[in-house]
Amino acid sequence: MNPEFTRNHFELLGLPVAFALELEALERSYLDLQSRVHPDRFASAGETERRVAMQWATRANEAYRTLRNPLDRARYLLGLKGFDTGEESNTAMPPDFLMQQMEWREAVAAGRAVHDAAALEAVRGELAAARREMQALLARALGGERNYDAGCSLVRKLRFLDRLEEEIDDALEAAGEGRP
Amino acid sequence: MSLLQISEPGESPEPHQRRLAVGIDLGTTHSLVATVRSSSAEALPDSRGRVLLPSVVRYLPDGAIHVGEDAKDRAGDDPANTIVSVKRFMGRGVADVAKFGALPYRFVDAPGMVGIETAAGLRSPVQVSAEILRTLRERAEQTLGGEIFGAVVTVPAYFDDSQRQATKDAAKLAGLNVLRLLNEPTAAAIAYGLDNASQGTFAIFDLGGGTFDLSILKLTRGVFEVLSTSGDSALGGDDFDQAIAVHWRVHHGLADASGKDTRRLLVAARQVKEALSTQEEAGADVTLSWGQQMHLKLSRAEFEQITAALVHKTLGPTRKALRDAGLKAADVDGVVLVGGATRMPHLQRAVKSHFGREPLKDLDPDQVVAIGAAIQANALAGNRSADDDWLLLDVTPLSLGLETMGGLVERVIPRNSTIPVARAQEFTTFKDGQSAMAIHVVQGERELVSDCRSLARFELRGIPPMVAGAARIAVTFQVDADGLLSVSAQEKTTGVLASVVVKPSYGLTDDEVARMLREGFDHAQADRDARLLAEQRVEAAAMLAALKAALAADGDLLSAEERESLEARSASLERAARGTDPRAVKSAVEAVNRASESFAARRMDRTIARALSGRHIGEVPTS
Repeated sequence: MNPEFTRNHFELLGLPVAFALELEALERSYLDLQSRVHPDRFASAGETERRVAMQWATRANEAYRTLRNPLDRARYLLGLKGFDTGEESNTAMPPDFLMQQMEWREAVAAGRAVHDAAALEAVRGELAAARREMQALLARALGGERNYDAGCSLVRKLRFLDRLEEEIDDALEAAGEGRP
Repeated sequence: MSLLQISEPGESPEPHQRRLAVGIDLGTTHSLVATVRSSSAEALPDSRGRVLLPSVVRYLPDGAIHVGEDAKDRAGDDPANTIVSVKRFMGRGVADVAKFGALPYRFVDAPGMVGIETAAGLRSPVQVSAEILRTLRERAEQTLGGEIFGAVVTVPAYFDDSQRQATKDAAKLAGLNVLRLLNEPTAAAIAYGLDNASQGTFAIFDLGGGTFDLSILKLTRGVFEVLSTSGDSALGGDDFDQAIAVHWRVHHGLADASGKDTRRLLVAARQVKEALSTQEEAGADVTLSWGQQMHLKLSRAEFEQITAALVHKTLGPTRKALRDAGLKAADVDGVVLVGGATRMPHLQRAVKSHFGREPLKDLDPDQVVAIGAAIQANALAGNRSADDDWLLLDVTPLSLGLETMGGLVERVIPRNSTIPVARAQEFTTFKDGQSAMAIHVVQGERELVSDCRSLARFELRGIPPMVAGAARIAVTFQVDADGLLSVSAQEKTTGVLASVVVKPSYGLTDDEVARMLREGFDHAQADRDARLLAEQRVEAAAMLAALKAALAADGDLLSAEERESLEARSASLERAARGTDPRAVKSAVEAVNRASESFAARRMDRTIARALSGRHIGEVPTS
């Protein structure tokens, strides 16, 4: 018996279906829901109740994880509106964006080669600034402007930044462990 | 902590009827059991007033088994049959234990997990750990005067799936009903947080005998949310002992000391290490196997120098946990020290300098984990009172993934995902007409399968012939609230299904656990039946009480026939529980379980609907 999956993540957490959300309200709703369905509430109940609780708590975690992260939230919202962000298939990017990417990537490779944690952290900082800027654009595109095509393109760009950040984290870890 | 005042459907329907529940810290060097009595948690001493049970098990040729101090005292004379620090071998293979350096055991290569040849025959680390847990269970039952309803057993946060599964198997083997596996730093945070009514972001720095964990938690209004966890499941106080022993070997020309001498040197090293926490210099007398007596000395400065690299090893995981939580060291409001090894002054200095603040150590670092586990056990058993309500959200420590073409790992669930968590990933066939697919589940952060830990392999068979790339195979990973993984795979166009609970490669199946249990009780058949019956009766009583409460609260969700059928089944369960056949009770419990499935689901839906209708925490009437 699966928990009914007809409610979307926003509805499950009692929030309006919109990109703009207050993180505090999201967290409150999530904790409220989780405090009702978490398996710890049913640890001494029957097997069935324990299983249902696990399914619900899993669902609550998934909804919270998706909505908490702006990129995941945007992608999910676009999906609800019938837009595919095409991150795997559509990799065309404007030249200036690609140039910037290449510069960052070179800096990461150089920092990695000599285990320069400070240089890596610096790129991470630049990346964070670029991300904030893009997220503001995304909020406008998905909010008042309702420009979902622009939203898809911003999601694709943000995905690039996320991947780069993962590489930086990996390089920082490697630097910490002294491996190449 | 009086925020979430709601009577939950799964909680004890009769508040005055307390269930005996314990928290057990199954440690590398020592273990202990704690419980909540008259609303405060305390560790339970043995008949001689000792709280800490050395995690040492000695097997004698006549079949006798000594656990604790008795076994520890003889470790120097009978090292091969006296298993010390068995926790380091849980879920580990021969190649893993080789990394721990010279050890006086006769290891046997068994699939997935080592075996140890002892005077009493081949023993698995699971069986050795079960002896420790059984001793603690008996201590608790004698002290509390009754059957234990359930236990929360702690594991290092950085334990992987094999190590967790091995721990749960050991608890089952010891006759414990495992309410939850709880991460050690999280347990410490519960004890600490509830004690101090703390709010904010905390780092729990937990260096035990054999494992290191660093967890970052956010404590807010009765919620313990683990943001990230990191560590090293093969770094602990034992390594500092080893470093001292190696130092002495080198400086006193003891290179070819035997197994007995290895153990004696380690015992002396441990004494000296502990003394150096308060003294500038310490020494110990050792009698070697060839009769030579030696006084081995070490100064604190020497000790700090030879173990500086070990202290430094804790900083990598610390930085990683902070980064994963998106925090800097300065964002942390408090650092809590847990584990006996955190008594070392140079370690405390390193922690202080990394976080830029004095670490907190006002709770006994040896007991805080068991105390937290006892508090959690008490809540899970349904004993919590309305003003003692809190929620715990933990994470999975290591990423889980699948092997793809070329020996690469495709990550399915990233580390530090809040549990329970489920994630599905789609794969396809790469050959025309391919009818089976091998699924290899791995755990770890590296990109190559060979650098990660292999958890399980299974096959999805019966894929109908299709051209390459046409099949749609969804592999679903589910991690439950104990942090244990199960995996299922389904071909979507045909519905062919394969699933496994990820049993570690050492492959203790439920049947094998049952067999070991039987063997353990062979000489006491009557005991065993009585125990089984008692367990089933506890289960039956819990289920009947829960069902009664559920019917009273939400009986309107059932049609008259449904209610009648449920009541009939619960009446036969009551009858069976009055009888003496444990199997009859078990099958009656299962019948009630099946019959109440849709009722349970409907009740949960109602809970959600109520939550969504705008009633928030605190507004729901307590009952």
